[in-house]
Amino acid sequence: MKRLTHAGPLAYAALVVILLTSVFPLYYSFLIASKDNSALGDAVPSLVPGGNLIENLTRVFDTVDFWLAMQNSLVVAGTVALSNVVLGTLAGFAFARLRFRGGNSLFLIVVGTSMVPTQLGVIPLYMLMSDLDWYGTLQAVIVPALIGAFSVFWMRQACEESVPYELIEAARVDGCSVLRTFWHVAFPAVRPQAAVMGMFTFMTAWNDFFWPLIVLDPNDSPTVQVALSTLASGYYTDYSLMLSGASLAVLPVVGIFILLARQIVGGIMQGAVKG
Amino acid sequence: MTVVPERTTAGRGTTPVPPSAERLSWRDKLGRWDTKYTPYFIIAPFFVVFGVFGLYPLLFTAWVSLHEWQLIDGDQGFTGLDNYTELLSDKNFWNALGNTVSLFLLSTVPQLFAALGLAALLDRGLRGRAFWRAGVLLPNVISVAAVALVFAQLFGRDFGIVNALLGVVGIDPVDWRAQTWASHLAISSMVMWRWTGYNALIYLAAMQSVPKDMYESAMLDGASRWRVFWSITVPGIRPTILFTVIVSTIGGMQLFVEPQLFDPGGTATGTGGDDRQFQTLVMYLYEKGFRLFDAGYSSAIAWVLFLLILVVAVVNFTVARRIASKG
Repeated sequence: MKRLTHAGPLAYAALVVILLTSVFPLYYSFLIASKDNSALGDAVPSLVPGGNLIENLTRVFDTVDFWLAMQNSLVVAGTVALSNVVLGTLAGFAFARLRFRGGNSLFLIVVGTSMVPTQLGVIPLYMLMSDLDWYGTLQAVIVPALIGAFSVFWMRQACEESVPYELIEAARVDGCSVLRTFWHVAFPAVRPQAAVMGMFTFMTAWNDFFWPLIVLDPNDSPTVQVALSTLASGYYTDYSLMLSGASLAVLPVVGIFILLARQIVGGIMQGAVKG
Repeated sequence: MTVVPERTTAGRGTTPVPPSAERLSWRDKLGRWDTKYTPYFIIAPFFVVFGVFGLYPLLFTAWVSLHEWQLIDGDQGFTGLDNYTELLSDKNFWNALGNTVSLFLLSTVPQLFAALGLAALLDRGLRGRAFWRAGVLLPNVISVAAVALVFAQLFGRDFGIVNALLGVVGIDPVDWRAQTWASHLAISSMVMWRWTGYNALIYLAAMQSVPKDMYESAMLDGASRWRVFWSITVPGIRPTILFTVIVSTIGGMQLFVEPQLFDPGGTATGTGGDDRQFQTLVMYLYEKGFRLFDAGYSSAIAWVLFLLILVVAVVNFTVARRIASKG
């Protein structure tokens, strides 16, 4: 048994290599961001940061309105996260702890929808947004993302784990309405998982690119990711500029990830077993 | 709250009294209505959002594809299958299809094997488990737009670090964007970088639910670790492997951002290189729909791709099930 479970030095060595591969592109991005473009021509690229970081970051803010993009991304990702927490926890609670006709089949439909390639519906979705006069507005990005299958799935899992049936029944017998029961019994019990799910949704919304690229105006209402593609589309490729922007764009997400990595890993792995 | 119901404490502490048929107070009625309908009410937002912004546009795409339809000026009249016949003789479409399949295979097949290996590694008694797991997941949470820009630099022709490393072992610099194979390799490496760790965690989760006594008996029989892995672990997580294959197929066939931003200068046109050497189907859809405003034609591409995904997913499913039943 020992032979199977115990990891030898070779295993650790392999993991270190893999970890370096994971981190290297991020470090490299920061590295280029800290250097002058001319340093790229060095025959042997140096792995020591240069002294041009501040200058390059300033250029990012001069080239595109990166503050506005940051604000927009914050509004979009924050709203989407909050809404997914509320609506996802409500729906997850219903599927996990309420008995209603067709509940199981409806949940299977929710899971099934995550397989539908809705991205392919962009043309009519765009036309819908034009009809609503939402082109170039943040709600065009926010509203379609208000609640996703993943959040419902995640919170159903959390409710199954952390909300005891007896508590729900006791509250109902005491005359609590379904919503009051949710608010006073179920939600407090799953608050930690809801927070992690919210942060995860925040990251996903922050990173979204395809739809914002289409429905937002790159010059007027960009999110951070759209602003990045604007930085990249100049006449000649300015790598220091591009990767300074990229470093800024990944910073919040890396921050959240470092704080919550254990819980996010847990959430993904749990979803895998039950899924 | 002026109407005070009489039976406020009647049910307390006992099992709920089945409401007697006659003379329910309004509060009881409300309670029954609440129990019966509130669940539907609170799951409704998901179905509304998915229906309006997901399913409806996808289905409406089929309708648009049967028309001459301009993105700005709207419907120019029903044309039946004209867009589709045009598509079949459009060499850019076939080119994009070929690129999509090539990129999909190059990025998915090695990726899933690598993920299996990595999961096996993570499944051994490691110190600092949480740290290693987080480390392999990190690439997955980085925005794909940022990743594409970094990799565009890594694979630069003149100043890219990949060419610098190749130079060390005496290989001439590769023009990663100009050549079909080189560009496909570079883009696939990006996809692999982002998704291998994620899939490894999915496999790892499944591996941990494989009963441990099966391993014990195999080890007692003197089976090698390699043997145990292929004849116990892999068959034990077959449903999960099938799941990842299908999800990767659906995602891989819709590849867009990585190739779109791989050539930073060309992002505005979306042609995927000068000779469209790495333009995928979704890029072509984007070019036709949002650069040339031909919504009808773009919708035809979308719908063909949708059917293709469906077919590939079903084939995957059938093949994987057959392999499973043989094993």
